[in-house]
Amino acid sequence: MKVEVRVYPKEGVLDPQGRAIAAALGRLGHAAVRDVRAGKVFFVEVEGNDAKQVEADARKMAEELLANTVIEGYDVRVVTP
Amino acid sequence: MRFAVVVFPGSNCDQDCYHIARDLLGCEAEYVWHHDTDLKDADAVILPGGFAYGDYLRAGALARFSPVMESVARFAREGGAVLGICNGFQVLLEAGLLPGAVRVNRGLRYVCRDVFLKVENVETPFTRLYQRGEVVSMPIGHMEGNYTAPPDVLAELERGNRVVFRYCDAQGRVTEGANPNGAERGIAGIANREGNVVGLMPHPDRCAEGILGSEAGRRMFESVVGALAPR
Repeated sequence: MKVEVRVYPKEGVLDPQGRAIAAALGRLGHAAVRDVRAGKVFFVEVEGNDAKQVEADARKMAEELLANTVIEGYDVRVVTP
Repeated sequence: MRFAVVVFPGSNCDQDCYHIARDLLGCEAEYVWHHDTDLKDADAVILPGGFAYGDYLRAGALARFSPVMESVARFAREGGAVLGICNGFQVLLEAGLLPGAVRVNRGLRYVCRDVFLKVENVETPFTRLYQRGEVVSMPIGHMEGNYTAPPDVLAELERGNRVVFRYCDAQGRVTEGANPNGAERGIAGIANREGNVVGLMPHPDRCAEGILGSEAGRRMFESVVGALAPR
């Protein structure tokens, strides 16, 4: 199964990259852009067909390694085949 | 007195630390490869600067799972003196041996220059030869040094006098202008609750002998030698 883990700066944590990207979008004429937060997506392939279990495993992966939960939040989405 | 210098794939200041311990201080020094778990009876452990695992994912994030880190954590728990410099500090943060995290620098650039630091805690084994409030200059070289922690953790650090170094100007004033990376409260280095684990973004190893232009960092290494010397 495939599972997507999105990791992003927590609300309220300063995100210098997101801020720079927002400024660049503004300069390109995207005047409506108010804020950008930049994160990462992990596409993880996992053996097994129990979506609940895969999701639980992916959460554990995020907690242990993929996200630094001091400054980052995450969410998990199982992509059904 | 024996130093262990941990070598991760991508460490690049390991030889500097080894040289300081051995050639400048006349101590014993051993490299410890990150796959090893034997700290070779070291009295103090240094996690050197560099780019462990290429800083993949996040600086320090993968190094934290190296087998050696279990030994380092045990050594730290038992009160052993552990110093993390730059990337070594990042590894200590990821490993949870020190609280908080570093973000990308405020200016989104790698910053490589000398900065002024105020020494605020001279009780740690690595800072006892400094004066409280003393201003020293050390080089930094990093992309992710923008220290942060949840408000309660920051308050706890302040209350426990656990901020060891703060970025400041030449007069010792902690100002936004003197802050090279955006770190909260100008924090450049911290200690754990017990004080035996210290991490900092600046490089005392790059200013430990005259030929490098400054000896300001040398006392960090001399401090621990004195702290651990048999009385």
